[in-house]
Amino acid sequence: MSASGHIGHTPPPFFKRGPAPLARLSFFIVLSVAAMVADLRYQLLEPLRTAVAAALWPVQKAVMLPVEGAGEAGNYLADLARLQRENAELRERQLAQANLLLRQSHLDSENRRLRALLEMGERLDAPAKAAEILYAARDPFARRVIIDRGATHGIEAGQAVIDDLGVVGQVTRAFPLTSEVTLLTDKNQMIPVQVARNGLRAVLAGAGGGALELKFLPANADVQPDDTLVTSGLDGVYLPGLPVAKVVSIDRDNSYSFARIECAPLAGVERHGQVLVVGKRPAQPRPEESAEETVKPGKGRKPRGAGR
Amino acid sequence: MIQPTHSSRRILLPARGWFITLSLLVAFVLDLIPFGRLPGIPDWFPLVLAFWCIHQPLKIGMGAGFFFGLALDVANGSVMGQHAFAYVLLAFAAGGLSRRVLWFPLGQQALHVLPLLLGTQLAMLLIRLATGAEFPGALYFLSSFVGTLFWHPLNYVLLLPQYRPVERDENRPI
Repeated sequence: MSASGHIGHTPPPFFKRGPAPLARLSFFIVLSVAAMVADLRYQLLEPLRTAVAAALWPVQKAVMLPVEGAGEAGNYLADLARLQRENAELRERQLAQANLLLRQSHLDSENRRLRALLEMGERLDAPAKAAEILYAARDPFARRVIIDRGATHGIEAGQAVIDDLGVVGQVTRAFPLTSEVTLLTDKNQMIPVQVARNGLRAVLAGAGGGALELKFLPANADVQPDDTLVTSGLDGVYLPGLPVAKVVSIDRDNSYSFARIECAPLAGVERHGQVLVVGKRPAQPRPEESAEETVKPGKGRKPRGAGR
Repeated sequence: MIQPTHSSRRILLPARGWFITLSLLVAFVLDLIPFGRLPGIPDWFPLVLAFWCIHQPLKIGMGAGFFFGLALDVANGSVMGQHAFAYVLLAFAAGGLSRRVLWFPLGQQALHVLPLLLGTQLAMLLIRLATGAEFPGALYFLSSFVGTLFWHPLNYVLLLPQYRPVERDENRPI
């Protein structure tokens, strides 16, 4: 070692450089592609994700302090006028809803009696938990937020998240102390809805850029601008009747088989604040299919001449 | 001999392992600050990773990029392996360019780093578009340009522990 005359220099490491850079590159590339496949295709890495997320949580909490502090300082300096306006707005809304709220229990009991008379199944109610949106996730490709309730508070992946105006999204991952909510405006998020005016059922999906799109409706479907879309409850995740979105514009181009129906979310989907996580409803059993109907039209080719 | 750039007449102390690790950790923590969808926030970790891959290619390389990348994937809630893949590519390219880049003054070094950062972002964009995510808009690439602007100050901050006091000796050639 002392042969080297330079201070702090070890002899040139001819033999301990490890594998060639290209070999290392291919090794790590294969490893990360394997991680991607395992995560996207098989969801194998969720335990690892939960563990690392739990370990990172104290750091994330500490890092959030300056951002939160800035927000709080802004709130503190917010002028009285804005708060008074907000207060008046809330009072007005409360008064407007008082009529409905006061009659709610009466309507509920009446509804239960009528459903019993008609021999329909009991409508299921789900418990709800209040949570606060902490921050929007830093992933620019998805629309997700992190809320401050997690698996230890009884949150599970798949639960619906609503605010005071309508549906916000769905819990996609529950970590021990926080959970990740995918907003309705995410491109991969879908929600079964119906038009409140006529009960027309459809699927609403995120369209990118904070908009929503009503998918797979024929060009002549009875949808009008300003129609309100509410959850249909067919999926067993969302309670039926929750307001979701409002139709903004309809493009009935005959060269496409489907109408392009753009919608805007009703809830404060891209805003921060308090939300309510609605518990999962137990999924109802599927109706039995009779033997003749089990052949699906899309599957397999029909024998020629069978339909003629 | 270690120099800030190969054309510099200044000799540096050797880089310490703990300082490299600390700077990578600090950059990682800075990346966790929740700015939401605000465009133009630089991605600190690849910037610092590129710095060390260029200055100390024997000490820092693809392994660090991979493991910190996986941790960032978890923290950001993105696809597992997305950041890891991009940072491994960045570390490979930066390590390969290290002998060339250090011959240039800082401004031109930054011009070498810009395509590296853009390539990192492009790799992540392609991975996510392939898995069906939405295109976040062209402003997404702004963060690389902002990050490049930090190359100059970053050089001073990260090389600070290696500087030694200037002592003039008229009889010494360097």
